[in-house]
Amino acid sequence: MRDRRDEQIELVIGRLLQWGVLAAAIVVVIGGLLLLAQYGHLPANFRQFNSEDAALRSVGGIIRAARSGDSRAIVQLGLVLLIATPAARVALTLGAFIIQRDRLYMLTTTIVLALLLYGLIWGRA
Amino acid sequence: MSISLLALFLALGSFGAGLLGALTGLGGGLVVVPMMTLLFHIDLRYAIGASLVSVIATSSGAAAAYVREGFTNVRVGIFLEVATTVGALSGAALAGFIPTSALAVLFGLVLLYTAYRSLRAPEEHPTDLPSDPLALRLRLNSTYPTAAGIRAYSVQGVKKGFALMFVAGVLSALLGIGSGIVKVLAMDHTMKLPFKVSTTTSNFMIGVTAAASAGVYLHRGYIEPALAFPVMLGVLAGALLGARILAGAKTLWLRRIFTTVVVVLALEMLYKGLRGGL
Repeated sequence: MRDRRDEQIELVIGRLLQWGVLAAAIVVVIGGLLLLAQYGHLPANFRQFNSEDAALRSVGGIIRAARSGDSRAIVQLGLVLLIATPAARVALTLGAFIIQRDRLYMLTTTIVLALLLYGLIWGRA
Repeated sequence: MSISLLALFLALGSFGAGLLGALTGLGGGLVVVPMMTLLFHIDLRYAIGASLVSVIATSSGAAAAYVREGFTNVRVGIFLEVATTVGALSGAALAGFIPTSALAVLFGLVLLYTAYRSLRAPEEHPTDLPSDPLALRLRLNSTYPTAAGIRAYSVQGVKKGFALMFVAGVLSALLGIGSGIVKVLAMDHTMKLPFKVSTTTSNFMIGVTAAASAGVYLHRGYIEPALAFPVMLGVLAGALLGARILAGAKTLWLRRIFTTVVVVLALEMLYKGLRGGL
């Protein structure tokens, strides 16, 4: 059931994920430092829930705002990258099952990937 | 308190949570939400958003280390992820309708259960029983390395395990935790996978489960950058350090400390939830 090729593929996927997390963390650090420089002195008030600005609630809006240098959007961009790493893991696993011509698991993995992307892109549950 | 000072405290607290979570194997997400709500009086929804993000960071960050050990069963992981992601999306849909006081009570109960499980040694069970016929059809049976060489194992209770995973997904979304304890319970206790295989496959699944609901919560505005960034970086740094020093650490007393913290937080969450003060 488990051969060396399986393990090799998984190892490559694991490495890629670590790079993904590192990239996300770097973006979050940059955005976070800018955020503190800009808003750090303001009083923190998160007792009451006020939904984020609409621009920071969709992937498209976050990318647009981050491009214009909005510190909060840069943090969100890093977080979106992070949320995307498990999706990348599932996509790469799908690739591995395609190479192995494993139809049952191609289907299963596609279902999981579709559910993940559905949450991230449409955001309705 | 200014945003900078809050960020500093959150980063330090999250670092401790990530470190203890990695050293005890219970995960840091479990204490991040109580810390944010009880100590810093942050709205539960922001706490859940920040916690889920940190759960993903820990899971993806540790992936390579787990794979290298050669225990992860990818087919079991992917198969059960169908249940956890559907559960997570259902939980995220439910979250808007459940009052925060009820969520606090649920959180308290999950914390108490985790403390109870963590004090019990993992049960030894035979891994060479005849396989569940469904596991054969789904090709879930596999092998794992032991001191005595590669050993084969067969999988039991596939349907019940799948159902428990749905519950794990719902809890993960509702409470912003990795639900590792329920995942390991399903795989170790119900499906009779070897313990090491359960824990590593659980790590594989935690990130995927958390990402499903984190996507939904991003759209709902639960993910506040000023809170999520110190929590994510703190938990990640703590978890990575914890994984490094794991080999030489005396985990028994750490486990006791962490379990005590978990019980105190559980009682506080229950109290606040029942009194409606959260």
